[in-house]
Amino acid sequence: MSDYINQSNYIGRVIGGSINRGIDIRLDSNTNVEELAVGRFVVIDGITHKFFAQITDITLHASNQSLIDLPPDFSNQIVSSVVSKIGVFSVIEVVPYLTLDGALATSEGVKPAKTVPPHFARTYLASEEDYQTVFGGNDNDHFWLGSPLDLETNIHLNLDRFVERSNGIFGKSGTGKTFLTRLILAGIVQKQKAVNLVFDMQSEYGWAGYNETGSGSVKGLKQLFSSNVALFSMDEEHSKRRNVTPDYLVKVGYNQIEPEDIVMLRDTLNLSDVAADASYTLALHYGQDRWFKTFTSLDGSQLRELAQTIGVNDRALSTLRTRLMRLERFHFLTDQESDHAVDSILQHIDKGIHVVLEFGRYQHEFAAYILVANLITRRIHQRYSRRKEEAMVDESAEPKQLVITIEEAHRFLTPGISSQTIFGTIAREMRKYNVTLLIVDQRPSGIDDEIMSQLGTKLSCLLDNDNDVSAVMSGVSGSNKLRTVISKLDSKQQALIFGHAMPMPIAVKIRNYDEEAYRSLGLIERNGSDYELDRDAKDLFGSH
Amino acid sequence: MENKDNRIGEVVEATTTSFISQCYKLYNSPHLGSLIKTGGPYPTYGIVYNIITQGIDPSRKPVVRGINSSSEEEVYRLNPQLEHLLRTDFYSVSIGYIQGDNIIYHLPPAPPPIYSFVQKCDGLDLINFSSRLEFIKILCSSGIPALDEVISAFIRNLADSQQDKENFLINVGKELIYAFPGDFRKMESILQKVLS
Repeated sequence: MSDYINQSNYIGRVIGGSINRGIDIRLDSNTNVEELAVGRFVVIDGITHKFFAQITDITLHASNQSLIDLPPDFSNQIVSSVVSKIGVFSVIEVVPYLTLDGALATSEGVKPAKTVPPHFARTYLASEEDYQTVFGGNDNDHFWLGSPLDLETNIHLNLDRFVERSNGIFGKSGTGKTFLTRLILAGIVQKQKAVNLVFDMQSEYGWAGYNETGSGSVKGLKQLFSSNVALFSMDEEHSKRRNVTPDYLVKVGYNQIEPEDIVMLRDTLNLSDVAADASYTLALHYGQDRWFKTFTSLDGSQLRELAQTIGVNDRALSTLRTRLMRLERFHFLTDQESDHAVDSILQHIDKGIHVVLEFGRYQHEFAAYILVANLITRRIHQRYSRRKEEAMVDESAEPKQLVITIEEAHRFLTPGISSQTIFGTIAREMRKYNVTLLIVDQRPSGIDDEIMSQLGTKLSCLLDNDNDVSAVMSGVSGSNKLRTVISKLDSKQQALIFGHAMPMPIAVKIRNYDEEAYRSLGLIERNGSDYELDRDAKDLFGSH
Repeated sequence: MENKDNRIGEVVEATTTSFISQCYKLYNSPHLGSLIKTGGPYPTYGIVYNIITQGIDPSRKPVVRGINSSSEEEVYRLNPQLEHLLRTDFYSVSIGYIQGDNIIYHLPPAPPPIYSFVQKCDGLDLINFSSRLEFIKILCSSGIPALDEVISAFIRNLADSQQDKENFLINVGKELIYAFPGDFRKMESILQKVLS
């Protein structure tokens, strides 16, 4: 490892520290302290290991207190030069995250750091090769996500590990959550690591989305991957206005609405616990298929009669009826509907085709979003659990790994209801059934702690509310140090990424989502469509 | 090594750490802080730290002679015997010696013999000698009187012969900090004397 000696990125030597507190490195007098920044990575050259560590603090020291009490004459260039080279020095505090084994520094040799480097071990700024070793190169498992804040090198996300567990993307409004989500979804499609089901509330992912400035549009998944992505729509008119032909128009029958959906909507519809719970009694009373429509068509006297029969407060029932009638204005609701939509989604998923469900004009209707997402997901969950059990006998029946993306997740996963809803179940244990969630949210403190702590990988854009930062950081070691990083991110295009799919936490400048990105994701312009025809043919008829 | 023009005296007393030389000519001593070099089996480098002029017989003190003279020079002109009755000695601290072609920055294995010739070091000698700065430590630990003055006078001599004077002085400053650990005041005052 001595090949590092005399390299220009040498910065100093270890002078002390501990595994809990971090390692202190005294900077060489030739190192400019202003060039180092908190969050930057360094490599410490130990005897048998290289340590990959992150700068968490920078302090200024004087070798003699008298220098501080009675500063020397700085007008004398020579004296001030001697003092600045010898009398004062800077110490950086770094936290070693990983050890890289000896000369065979491959990603297999990367392990969590459980020891510290010896005294006076040489320390260097991490080079591009070091980053590649730790975060992986551009291969089929890794997706290029961006670059570290201080260096032009590529940081990759391990998609294999990413899709294994439920993940979260957080950040204040306008910090680039949607942009980051779109990029990751594109990565999953490109590398074929899982099939996506996206509940696309604002119609941002499917065909086209707004760019960061809001002035133009960027290509969505359908434009990039055409036949690999199916657009489902809740609102035909909206699709037509945008000149997009959806692959499937989703309708939901009143017969499909279950009491659990109403419980989910409790906050959105402003229902009391009694009123929400009454829906279970109603379903029992009228039968699952008929309860909703029958109940909402009751008149005043029938309602009072019903209240007496089923023993529920009639005012609660009356409120419930009024609130449920609000749902009837959604045009996608029909009287009777079988599970066609879910069947079609599952058929696409089985073929490996990604599904984006656009909500069109309902983009501001949380009730519509929650209702549909919950309803569809519950059915998919039932099918997946069944098929996974079948797969225990017949391995070929193993369902494809599915990633369900939901926005405004705190409305699904609030502490009160997360234990009862399907999303709570998936976040907790559906990993075993090949279904994971990708939660996109701007208010992580509104999400149940238990769910937050189960998330595998978290990607956090700028957050400045203390509660939100704490929620994102729950269950992370060294969170105090990472908190500073989160609150110091730029408000655009930067995210702190940590958890299962990253060997260590890192702040990343997210790559641009532009023409170049489209090309690297595999888009060929339509006028040069031979390639695309070829690809479509392959998708249809297989590669032979 | 023998440069007759630069010869100024001979060693008259020597110890392991220092030696005393007597000038050939009265008052012809090298200045305080000058680098000198002796002959002998271990040609020794010394730095002048003390200069004494007195009667050749220490038991007989000089008496005043100039009450009727108009100038000090006249006193010596009217009493030519004084050149022989008085002598100038200079004390030097040993800080290195020559072995073959190399300068060794340690004390010599043996002090220079009595009557070793002593010569002043010229520009080239100064440059060669100052290529390394270990002598600063020996000088600082020698315990000679008026140490700061001697060091600053010597460093001034060396600095004048350097191409990159500023860098040289910065390096000297560092060595001074190592020699007087943590004493930035001393380093500052010595460097200020050098520059003034």
